[in-house]
Amino acid sequence: MMMWFRTHGLTACVLLLVGLFCLGPVLWQAVTSLKPDQDLVRLPPLIPERVTGVHYDRVLLQSSLPRSLANSVVVAASATVTAIVVGSFCAFALARLPIAGKSVILGVALVTSMFPPIAVISPLYLLMRELGLRDTLVAVGLTHAVYSLPLAVWLLTSFFQQLPKELYQAARIDGCTPLQALLTIILPLARPGLAVAALLVFIYSWNEFMFALTLTASDTTRTAPVAVALFPGLYEIPWGDLAAASLVVTLPVAGLALAFQRHIIAGLTAGSVKG
Amino acid sequence: MTERSLAEIKKQNGTIHLSERAWGYLFAGPAFILVGLIALAPITAALWLSLRQQLPIFGIDAFVGFQNYLQLFEDDRFWAACRTTLYFTVLSVSAELLLGFGFALLLSRLSDGGGGGLRWAHVMIILPWAIPTVVSAQIWAWLYQPDYGLLNYLLYAAGITEGRIDWLGDPDWAIHAAVVMDVWKTTPFAALLLLAGLKTVPQELYAAARVDGAGTWEQFRRITLPLLMPVVLIVLVFRTMDAVRVFDAVFVLTGGGPGNSTETLSIYAYKTLFQTLQFGYGSALATAMFVLAALLSLLYVLLLRRHVQESA
Amino acid sequence: MAEVRIEQLEKRIGPKTILPPLTLTVHDGEFFVLVGPSGCGKSTLLSLLAGLDQPTAGRILFDGNDVTDLEPRERDVALVFQSYALYPHMTVRENMAFPLSVVPRAKRLERPRIEEEVQRVAGFLGLSALLDRRPRELSGGQRQRVALGRALIRKPRLFLLDEPLSNLDAQLRASMRAELLRLHKELKVTTIYVTHDQTEAMTLGDRLAALNQGRVQQIGRPHDIYAAPANLFVAGFMGYPPMNLLSARLKNDSIQAGPWHLTKPPEAPTVSQEQTVTVGLRPEDVVVGPANGLDDEGVVCGIVRLTEPSGPTLWVTVELNDLNSEAFTIIGTAQAGFVPKIEDRVEVSALQATLHLFDPMTGLRLGAS
Repeated sequence: MMMWFRTHGLTACVLLLVGLFCLGPVLWQAVTSLKPDQDLVRLPPLIPERVTGVHYDRVLLQSSLPRSLANSVVVAASATVTAIVVGSFCAFALARLPIAGKSVILGVALVTSMFPPIAVISPLYLLMRELGLRDTLVAVGLTHAVYSLPLAVWLLTSFFQQLPKELYQAARIDGCTPLQALLTIILPLARPGLAVAALLVFIYSWNEFMFALTLTASDTTRTAPVAVALFPGLYEIPWGDLAAASLVVTLPVAGLALAFQRHIIAGLTAGSVKG
Repeated sequence: MTERSLAEIKKQNGTIHLSERAWGYLFAGPAFILVGLIALAPITAALWLSLRQQLPIFGIDAFVGFQNYLQLFEDDRFWAACRTTLYFTVLSVSAELLLGFGFALLLSRLSDGGGGGLRWAHVMIILPWAIPTVVSAQIWAWLYQPDYGLLNYLLYAAGITEGRIDWLGDPDWAIHAAVVMDVWKTTPFAALLLLAGLKTVPQELYAAARVDGAGTWEQFRRITLPLLMPVVLIVLVFRTMDAVRVFDAVFVLTGGGPGNSTETLSIYAYKTLFQTLQFGYGSALATAMFVLAALLSLLYVLLLRRHVQESA
Repeated sequence: MAEVRIEQLEKRIGPKTILPPLTLTVHDGEFFVLVGPSGCGKSTLLSLLAGLDQPTAGRILFDGNDVTDLEPRERDVALVFQSYALYPHMTVRENMAFPLSVVPRAKRLERPRIEEEVQRVAGFLGLSALLDRRPRELSGGQRQRVALGRALIRKPRLFLLDEPLSNLDAQLRASMRAELLRLHKELKVTTIYVTHDQTEAMTLGDRLAALNQGRVQQIGRPHDIYAAPANLFVAGFMGYPPMNLLSARLKNDSIQAGPWHLTKPPEAPTVSQEQTVTVGLRPEDVVVGPANGLDDEGVVCGIVRLTEPSGPTLWVTVELNDLNSEAFTIIGTAQAGFVPKIEDRVEVSALQATLHLFDPMTGLRLGAS
């Protein structure tokens, strides 16, 4: 142990520092979620003397949070599938096909991602009402898909461009239509890139708040972040329940982020660093 | 003969043959329709709304030209929101950049040491990024809680403060509390990008600089910093965009209060649009926000273009 | 199998001309080589022939049929890429079967028939044992064969090869050259082969076209081009070591190149007195021998700067000193049995019959042939 500490002393110190900064607030939330209500208003001790599952019991079994979680799963999954399917085709056209106005497309993507979402909410709300999608998960999922499309297209285009151009040309010579070439050659080879884009879209959609807040109106369509933001408290904020709900809502994305951290970091840094 | 016609559709043996370009438009089409319908149309509508006075409760709906924008100039609350937004942006973005740089430099040492330390650091650092902003706001709201919050307790126990500070209830503290939360949430993003940038700096350059007699600080100033300028620019642009448009974090943490001390532009726009239902004026506010964000990005690009070109 | 005719084919991107108008005919069953330095437009031409790129103007005809507007899949051509472009996620079998399996369903072969074809081509190329491997598990030469196999399996009308040997090491390259010739003899498919390597062009082509900056410099059989290059570019590009090109003056019956008097060849054109010309001398037509001190006609002295043994021949780079002008170097062949050392003084003489004369202004060859 001592030997390990001596050789890895610096590493350990840096990790401790970074860890405290990054994980501290989350750990405290975890501690809070396990404390009985009466202990929440007592400090010290820092380490709880008694541990209870009552908050988890309440948010998972006696609230509408499970419903919101299910809504979030549906919204994020459908947004991801839509953005990746539509985005792959568009990115492939941008990367390999001789279409005009590529710079116009990139400009549109830039404006779309720069424009404050707050500005489009009221027209978007009216549009969804006209389409009969008001207060539906479809409206939220579709909106998330569209607003993450610029990112997905940007990422996928750069992934497709990294595949040698000759592979596409060879497929064309071998008799493929562009569609066949995309499906049989390009997409199978770009699977890691597809995974990265899908993860980022999923996490965006899971965490998105403003669209989800304004496009939904009832408990049955509310997504998880909205549920956490509008957490019901009659007289005062039920901090224990809120902590438990926070952790439950975070768990899926945190799990994804940890499991695929390498892919996510690759995605976040793609283009920005090498370009 | 000039360029081939755009979409040649040839019929041969009854099957349809599309030119490569026609395939391209077919592939890009769905994305265009979706973005056009759900992003461009609302954006256009918002721009159009900003030229109208719309107060559905009073049944008012009229074209007023740029009157909404002129009204902005006389609106003290708008200027206050501008100041708050800029204050929040400058403070949080500079803190994120500095802290992110520090993290990146520390972590880049780890990658030399080995032992899987870097992987663990990545795992930890990615967590605040992945947490929903709303959740992180709730986490910090609890830390900031004046009576039972961890922050006050730790400061008191360490002997730094004597009384309890109402972080979110005191107009002077509230905006800073929001900044700290934002810094915690988004420093990882800056650190990850900068770390990836650091890894692309060829190690030979440092070796060469050492041979030439440059110390650690000189190496950082003359090699690391100039080579990292493109990444710094990207971090600045991305983070500024988000900070100027900040909504979730402040909305959940303080709701713009106390008073209007944390009312950023997007919160003012939100309240104007959805609490007082002034769709025209609210849209003008949002458009002003877009202009502000675009101007700041442009400023960065102009300021840093020279550095970027040199290192490119 | 097809005759390929290219008529006034042109490619521009914006204001930039990639390929100026070009006209060329490749005969049915011919092994035709396009050779030129990088950036000469040969790869662009290949892309246009394959249908991967659209020309700005002009036509491409296969057996008299205009294919300019056809998609690659409709042209029935095969292309072997410099990088091979094997599909990394497929086995050798799947790679080779791919062109047959993406044919529209109505015209597609039955699965067992496709497998039969794969076996046939694999046997032909010695790949039978490797069918279940993936490209990354193969050596460079094996990948090359798979790329050939994937191109051959469809029995294309036209076979295009884009620098197919440049990623192989020298030994493998020589044996693949022989193999390509064998394949061509057996299959007799019209083949267009692009290379920057003039040795490949000389050894492989039935005919070749030398390209520079998109323009055809000369078309002909390798030997004819070697024996009578049409201009200075071809003279300098074809042959290794490159032809010596010396600035010279014509005087009566002799040619004065620096300190060197050369006898004007009898078939040399009648040119005006005192005309400046460029003299071309193949290194194998320049003999380097020991200096014997005699001041013979047509012999000049110089100092050895570099020797390069190449099989039985020894190439010698000699610096000739001119009293009037700057020094210039010339590459020649050492006399049989003579092995000069660097800094040695040697005598250089030329085999007179093989002088090439060019107009230094236009670069064009002067004279009958």
